[in-house]
Amino acid sequence: MPRLAVLVGTRKGLFALSADRGRRKWRMDGPHFLGQVVNHAVVDPRDGRTLLAAVKAGHLGPTVFRSTDAGRSWKEAARPPQFPKAPEGQAGDAVDLVFWLTPGHASHPGRWYAGTSPQGLFRSDDGGATWDGVAGFNSQRTTAPWIARGQDAPPDGATLHSINIDPADPRHLYIGLSGGGVFDSPDEGESWRPLNRGCAADFLPDPDAEYGHDPHCLRVHPATGDVYQQNHCGIYRLDRAKRRWERIGSAMPKDIGDIGFPMVLHPRDPRTLWVFPMDGTSVWPRVPIGGRPAAYGSRDAGGTWKRMDRGLPPSQAWFTVKRQAMGADPLDPVGLYFGTSNGEVWASFDEGASWNCLCLHLPHVYSVEAALLA
Amino acid sequence: MKVVLPTPLASYTGNRREVEANGTTLSELLADLDRRYPGIRFRMIDEQDAIRPHIKFFVNRAQAASIAQLLAAGDEVLVVAALSGG
Repeated sequence: MPRLAVLVGTRKGLFALSADRGRRKWRMDGPHFLGQVVNHAVVDPRDGRTLLAAVKAGHLGPTVFRSTDAGRSWKEAARPPQFPKAPEGQAGDAVDLVFWLTPGHASHPGRWYAGTSPQGLFRSDDGGATWDGVAGFNSQRTTAPWIARGQDAPPDGATLHSINIDPADPRHLYIGLSGGGVFDSPDEGESWRPLNRGCAADFLPDPDAEYGHDPHCLRVHPATGDVYQQNHCGIYRLDRAKRRWERIGSAMPKDIGDIGFPMVLHPRDPRTLWVFPMDGTSVWPRVPIGGRPAAYGSRDAGGTWKRMDRGLPPSQAWFTVKRQAMGADPLDPVGLYFGTSNGEVWASFDEGASWNCLCLHLPHVYSVEAALLA
Repeated sequence: MKVVLPTPLASYTGNRREVEANGTTLSELLADLDRRYPGIRFRMIDEQDAIRPHIKFFVNRAQAASIAQLLAAGDEVLVVAALSGG
């Protein structure tokens, strides 16, 4: 029977929690890459055996490791994501870290996408062994006004993240740029269109700016293609026909607001989603509002929201949940998982109604991904 | 010639801190190292051929400014990974 794995990428290595499908007994495997930053680690849902991990040591360059035996052994990519060498005498960019990994469409076995900081988009067609830049994005990096540089970049660096593939059209890609906004490509990455109408950008002078926004996490439903995002300025659902965002976070309680980092979709029901609000007031503390952590879930595509905090600390809990650090498993009922900046991993096996702490004392959690292993 | 590597790179060399590699420049030596230990160069040198911020190369105890540094038979190359952060 396939086992359930929850990959936990942290500031100091990768940990793998696993359980049977009953999710009652858990075991911990790891650390892998002890002492190295693991920004993202993902199971390939197409085979349940291939794992990719974005790895960087504090003093060494960035790379990607891959496992084809469900994490028992790892091999480094022969050619990790890297920008082209600039002509002699000209300055060129260097990948500082690989931030995001996305398996390709089911019709493209072996294909993966990677997003980096500085913002770059890369593709592998051999299961992550070798990577090439997606020319349609990377070639305009130095000229496109939506590419974040210098003061435009978030404190930890500008990232390309939230790479999503339209389940109905493998050539149709979505990405998030922090900062820069949401963009989509109809032609496998050759050309890109801003996709930010209707989305607030309170930090820009133009309320209808075409780009420059700060999406924190964008998710495309794997069955229906519905698109949601948790943005720096609210929670949104995309009206795909109008290419316009609707602020579904307006229905959140006013004392909670709709700021946060992750966005999690139910794997089968496109109208069910979860977020984990953070304090986005005053100087942006980015911790649970009032020190009382809670997920919020919606069963009607964001029309109404329900607080989900049973089992979570009732007070004085001040951790942060990062954009890759919350996910769902494919089981029924859906399991939800989130990791915290103080090294805790929490799980719910009843779709958010109640929460249990799976482990304590890990390093700062950067990513949490759940999947079935073959 | 002898190349002394820091512990963060030991996973590439089967935990050997002292290895052999050859070249008339640091660039050639790094290419030879990468042939022997695939992937090791990119962890020290970025795609623009710049030495990464926390890596330093010393040739006979003198710091090399770039990978264009000339080498001679018998030189000793020391690679240092300066630790930082918490």
